[in-house]
Amino acid sequence: MSDPVVQPAATPAPTPTKIFQIFFKIGITSFGGGLVAYLQDEIVGKQKWLTEDDFLAALEIGQTLPGLNSANVAVIAGRKLAGPRGSLAALLGLVLPGVVILCILGVLYERFHQNPDVAAALAGIAAAAVGLLLQVTLKIGKKQFLRPLDLLFVIVTFVLSGILHVSLVAVLFIVAPFAIMLYRPRSNKSPSHG
Amino acid sequence: MDKLIQLLNVFALLSLLAVGGGSAVLPQMEHETVGIHHWLSADSFASIYSLGQMAPGPNMSMVGLIGYKASGIAGMIVVLLAFYLPSSFLVYVVSHVWDAFKENPWRDSIQKGMAPITIGLMLAGVYAVGKTASFDIHRPGWFNAITILIGLTIVALLFIRRFNPAVLILLSGAIGWFVLRLN
Repeated sequence: MSDPVVQPAATPAPTPTKIFQIFFKIGITSFGGGLVAYLQDEIVGKQKWLTEDDFLAALEIGQTLPGLNSANVAVIAGRKLAGPRGSLAALLGLVLPGVVILCILGVLYERFHQNPDVAAALAGIAAAAVGLLLQVTLKIGKKQFLRPLDLLFVIVTFVLSGILHVSLVAVLFIVAPFAIMLYRPRSNKSPSHG
Repeated sequence: MDKLIQLLNVFALLSLLAVGGGSAVLPQMEHETVGIHHWLSADSFASIYSLGQMAPGPNMSMVGLIGYKASGIAGMIVVLLAFYLPSSFLVYVVSHVWDAFKENPWRDSIQKGMAPITIGLMLAGVYAVGKTASFDIHRPGWFNAITILIGLTIVALLFIRRFNPAVLILLSGAIGWFVLRLN
């Protein structure tokens, strides 16, 4: 999966302040999504704080556990670099710039969203946001949409959560066990898919 | 005060239920904040979600604006803490003991089993935002046609090439400025 170009993290462990600075930089420049790639670029590539393998391991944990992938990776990377204070520094650095900018956008929105020019632009932006989310969903779900049984779970989850407003707790703890059982570990033969 | 506690409860739960990233909790978030608690309108929800796409950093920081709509600055702070801290604490603790589960065959089962559910939830998120942003029965047909067309064009463009989404968002805003006018 990952290239075996593992170079050891040579630089001495950074201080929480330094961690905050670097994550702040990522947090303020990462326009347009794809945050994980920005993180990888900086933490593995430029700062050499983590090896490629360490980063991918952190990403795997971050994707498996609940929460935003980028925030989870920041927490894990921060912990590896400087313990709990490192985690806090990384998370704050990553999130704060966006929050401040969103505050400004929010104030502007509150003040101007009745304005017909702004309302027209916002309608275009909102329409685009739906397209972005749909594209990510289709891209991530490529395999699931093509596998009949997976597709069934996709549809059941969509209908329960999106249309019938069944609570997420119920969906996760009632539908998920069936899906997980479907992929339960087989001792002697491997499952029929890749 | 009651409202702050409600915000705390709703978003702390969403934080811990956000399997596969923040988009998975969009449908429940929309339902709770718009449908049940009436903290904001469906229209505002769609707008705030799209503002999130325009800011750097995690898009889901837009939850802070929902908190602000519901209960001012205090609401914003409560929502941001409630949305980021529980999952971060969990990942902090679990990443310590992760290696113990590394070889467990059930981990693979959980990942494969959860994948279609995450996709279903994301699709429900598309629907939750799209039902006002892309197709709104109260708007004229030509308007809905354009908003749907913008969304589908973006899907197609991103499958062809990796355009920067921020640029696509801004372009769509410009298109909206010229054509999406109701009077």
